[in-house]
Amino acid sequence: MQKRGQGEATTTRLWRALALLTALLVLLALLALWAGGRPLNFAELRSDPMARTLFFRLLLPRVAMAALIGSSLAVAGAALQALFRNPLAEPATLGVSGGGAVGASVAIALGWGTRFSGVPVVFIAGFCGAMVAVGVVHRIARSGSLLLPGALLLAGVVVNLIASAAVLAIQYVTDSARALEILRWIIGSLEVIGFDTIWRMLLFLVPGWIALLALSRELHLLAMGEETAGALGVHVERCEKAIHLICSLLVGVTVAVGGAIGFVGLIVPHAVRLLFGEDLRIVLPGSLLMGAAFLIAADLVAHIALDPIELPVGAVTALIGGPVFLWLLHRRQRYSAL
Amino acid sequence: MSPILEAHEVEFSYTATTPVIRGVSLQVERRKLSALVGANGCGKSTLIRLFAGLLDPVRGAILFEHARLRSFARRDLAKRIAYVPQATPLAFPFTVLEVVLTGRSPYTPRFRFEDARDRERAMEALATVDAAHLAARRVTELSGGERQMVAVARALAQEPQCLLLDEPSAALDLKHRAALIRTLTRLRDAQGLTALVVTHDLHLIDPPFDHVFALRQGRLLAEGRPEEVLTDAVLGEVYEDPHVRTRRVDGRTLIWSN
Repeated sequence: MQKRGQGEATTTRLWRALALLTALLVLLALLALWAGGRPLNFAELRSDPMARTLFFRLLLPRVAMAALIGSSLAVAGAALQALFRNPLAEPATLGVSGGGAVGASVAIALGWGTRFSGVPVVFIAGFCGAMVAVGVVHRIARSGSLLLPGALLLAGVVVNLIASAAVLAIQYVTDSARALEILRWIIGSLEVIGFDTIWRMLLFLVPGWIALLALSRELHLLAMGEETAGALGVHVERCEKAIHLICSLLVGVTVAVGGAIGFVGLIVPHAVRLLFGEDLRIVLPGSLLMGAAFLIAADLVAHIALDPIELPVGAVTALIGGPVFLWLLHRRQRYSAL
Repeated sequence: MSPILEAHEVEFSYTATTPVIRGVSLQVERRKLSALVGANGCGKSTLIRLFAGLLDPVRGAILFEHARLRSFARRDLAKRIAYVPQATPLAFPFTVLEVVLTGRSPYTPRFRFEDARDRERAMEALATVDAAHLAARRVTELSGGERQMVAVARALAQEPQCLLLDEPSAALDLKHRAALIRTLTRLRDAQGLTALVVTHDLHLIDPPFDHVFALRQGRLLAEGRPEEVLTDAVLGEVYEDPHVRTRRVDGRTLIWSN
């Protein structure tokens, strides 16, 4: 009998991860559909138009929205951690979400809600803001061929502070109706009516997911070090640019729709690593599935924890993610000075 | 014997004003161990990165097997030339085997994982540097010296014709330094491996290295057999230190500074 090799083991691990996480996602989605509104009753869905409308126009789109945003933030977090070789990197800690928030706020304040070739301008503005933020943070953290982990996180903190100040300033100078709109959007919500927004998001997100998954081998090598990756045949500069662009797209679009929901990109990739190992070729697809499941679960908690009051989903993710961040920071300091 | 790597009038600078490599021409002979020595900041690491294809010369050309380095696809080049950087900071707790298996990535199609044969090659590479017992350990738990041996194993897993090592012995203790040099010598003799090693361990050069290149302020100051380069006069000039002394004892060159 042929000896089982690491490749077979890795393939098995990948399929096991995909199967388990898909099952988890389906289970949580069904739970959210059942517990997030009225209990699912298929007979009622067939006979009652109101129940059908509530289910297909509110409940199902909300679960789908949570899945899309969770997937995108988690897979972007996994990619940014590998790219920056920093387990604490994620869209929120690097200021990418903050940059996206500024872009989206500008679009809302200027009333650019209209579409450009069918695409909401707020998506494009969020993407541009996220691109600027990731570019600034990367530039500051880079010293020659080295990426300084401490400088990376500090730069992220400062970009976030600047972004918060910019959003506040925009709210202050814009008219009250738009300021309120920005405020409601900053709090973040997964509420959506129908599938129109979801289809439009999918136009951006699906190519982004596919592109990141296609780059999973390069990300696996980049996680080993930039020079090592270069010596193993990776076009480092080209890959960095592509990953910046893709992550900015994913984060910019999700921030533009759901507001800044932090820590999903931190918690989820680490959970996938704990369960299925460090290989980025497993962590990326795993994060995509687990990110969807995680945000569906977080939204469910936000919905039912203090019923009838609904918590912002960003508060739930931050309450879980903040302590996880501190734990990772503490663990990291044991073997690597920041 | 024909050279495997060549630099022709190579110039390189990180900024517009300060050239780091100034018109260096040299030839690395195949199946030889060559050492690259010089004072801190003289351009050794930059030159070896140029040979690895990680940097592009501003002027001049780097050739591998008489063809420009840039004419090779990167993954094809990674099957021929392996490079071990000075330090490999690892942020994630990969297993040693996972790290060494990345050396097989130039041979692995994009959407495939490494197979049983790749695993065998990786384990052989670990055994070559006497680190097979570390295969299941997390790299974040290893000492600096052990990590360095793992990095060398990863490079050997690439099955390269030419190995470029940037101060590989810096984090190694006496026993492991000697073991690394023995490994390189064995690979040269048994498999015809070519190695270019940046080193400050001058006393490890003669023997067994075949050739030494000495850089000073980005220029090639001297080259030749170890006994020709490791002399008071040459090293005094290379390190700008008139107190450098050398002596040959029992076929070895001992070097110190008064």
